[in-house]
Amino acid sequence: MSISVPERIWWKPVDKSEKIWVGLALTWCIVMFIMMPLWHLKGGQNAPSETYRVTPAQFQKATQEFIDKYKVGEEKGTAIVAPPAGSDIYLNSMMWRWDPILKLEKGKTYRLHLSSMDLQHGFSLYPQNMNFQVLPGYDYVLTITPTTAGEFYVQCNEFCGIGHHMMVGKIIVS
Amino acid sequence: MTNAGSEFRTCPTTGLKVHLPAENLIKANAVAAVVFLLVGTVMALLVAFTRWPAVHLLSAEGYYRALTAHGLNMLIFWIIFFEIAVLYFASAILLNSRLAAPKVGWLSFLMMLVGSLMVDLMILQGKADVMMTSYVPMKADPLYYLGVILFAVGALIGVGVFFATLVVAKREKTYEGSLPLVVFGAVAAGIIAVVAIAHGAIIYIPTFLWSLGIIGPIDPAMYRVVWWGLGHTSQQINVTAQIAIWYLLATLTVGASPLNEKVCRSAFVLYILFINLASAHHLLVDPGVSPSWKIWNTSYAMYLAVLASMIHGFTVPASIEVAQRKKGYTKGLFEWLKKAPWGNPGFSALALSIAIFGFIGGITGVTFGTEQINIISHNTLRIPGHFHATVAAGTTLAFMGVTYYVLPLIFRRQVVVPSLAKLQPYFFGIGILLVSIGMTFAGSYGISRRHWDIAFTGAPFQLAIDPTALLMLSVMGIGAILAFTGALMYILITVFTVLIGKRPA
Repeated sequence: MSISVPERIWWKPVDKSEKIWVGLALTWCIVMFIMMPLWHLKGGQNAPSETYRVTPAQFQKATQEFIDKYKVGEEKGTAIVAPPAGSDIYLNSMMWRWDPILKLEKGKTYRLHLSSMDLQHGFSLYPQNMNFQVLPGYDYVLTITPTTAGEFYVQCNEFCGIGHHMMVGKIIVS
Repeated sequence: MTNAGSEFRTCPTTGLKVHLPAENLIKANAVAAVVFLLVGTVMALLVAFTRWPAVHLLSAEGYYRALTAHGLNMLIFWIIFFEIAVLYFASAILLNSRLAAPKVGWLSFLMMLVGSLMVDLMILQGKADVMMTSYVPMKADPLYYLGVILFAVGALIGVGVFFATLVVAKREKTYEGSLPLVVFGAVAAGIIAVVAIAHGAIIYIPTFLWSLGIIGPIDPAMYRVVWWGLGHTSQQINVTAQIAIWYLLATLTVGASPLNEKVCRSAFVLYILFINLASAHHLLVDPGVSPSWKIWNTSYAMYLAVLASMIHGFTVPASIEVAQRKKGYTKGLFEWLKKAPWGNPGFSALALSIAIFGFIGGITGVTFGTEQINIISHNTLRIPGHFHATVAAGTTLAFMGVTYYVLPLIFRRQVVVPSLAKLQPYFFGIGILLVSIGMTFAGSYGISRRHWDIAFTGAPFQLAIDPTALLMLSVMGIGAILAFTGALMYILITVFTVLIGKRPA
């Protein structure tokens, strides 16, 4: 019984049924063990990323320069920015907005810089449902290539205070 | 040293020698656990009724406050108070020993109680709307962090009393040979608890000092790495304690014996060695850790911890089958299962705990540990969908099941309204199953966790939410009503049993 002291020698041979189960489970575990690095290298489904230290002031400045350079319009008080293909693009986060609205071209590759001015935020692309953590003090650079045209939204999915639910940004792909 | 003969009674049912100071501490910790469960349960209903768009009960402020309280009261206070009771039971009672230092046990209890009350007070006053994770630089009142630290140190002292009791039992020869399997499992849980609480100390003490303005800012990426060493590892205490209770309940309900002690014990050792790696899955889309860190931590030995769960998931049901077949239920493949004591809440809680933990909790959890799948699950409702299947359906249900034995054996009261107790695990288990399924699928549609309003009131843009996701949130809401009912039944049954239950003859 599991609540009483076992026999003196409990290191005993394992029954066949248990051996088969443990064998099957272990095989599956080894497959998974190998699949993790293999899929990272061969699966083509990772988010290629780099990270740099940045202060909120530096990131704010970089974003502002980016907006001034490529601004093409405005929607609901937020600048719409159409950067050239292949360039570095900036999406700044703060309580409780994403800045600016990005206008990208389908099939072109960009280096997307994410950071925060204040608290931790979450970049959640809707309706694609792709999620990345955004931290103050870190410039998170994701290499992205939009493959579908349309309007996409960025909802914050890391709790950041009372206005968290209002923090919705936009990405336009044409 | 042991002139304390009068400090013991002999249990008429099991023949175990029960150390009375240990028994009192078990009672105190179990009662505190149930009180905090009540707080957490009320918060659960408020939270679920806010996430259910058809109801949308609370204001944004109320929702985040209730959610913070729900997380701490359920995941920390209810479960850890109960676990301390389990540790004292597994050491003093199962080994026929005295508890090493009852006064230190009371100190531990007092610290945990004061700590948890401080935390709850801070949250309810609106001074700690920071969620359970309190990610920096979001700041709570210093007393909030101090409460958490007091609670954690108290729990650590309790774990120390447990280890000391093992030493006492060995030295005073209250048992001969190896520890019983359930105690062995409790030791594994105790070791993992020390690892978890050490991470807690490393991160909460500087955060407390930072909240007082004594030290400078805490790096948010570092905070996440260390916090999850506490946050996820503490859930592994639950898993390990819960599996020790599976073995205990299998013995108590159908008289099962472990098939092979070697296999079961090795699986517990795998938990101790490898399960901490599961905390990596919170960081797979973080900027703070490198791609090679991610590959290393999703592969390497993480699956050896999974292997341990696969083993327990086999050996516990198999031991039940063997015990049932010995009783003569040998017709066909499943007579043993059909003739199992489904009307015994101890057994139905065990069976539901194994099934929901294994098939829903385990599988969803393992998928998050995949770097690529993590991109589509991180911070969505899939995460709480997973841990409601593990911690609520798995751990909480197992604890509920064992309560039906603790009440007559430790509190020495007959369970009141047994017909209600019979139904209780089904209400709670099926309710949580629906909650978990609803959340998991809604999360797959991009519905994020910890989010007050999917109508995005006041936002510059509104997202068109898929109707399937809305349906799934309703499934969650209906499940929450069932689970709330089940939890309330449990609380009422235990409270009334302790207060007015008949003393067994």
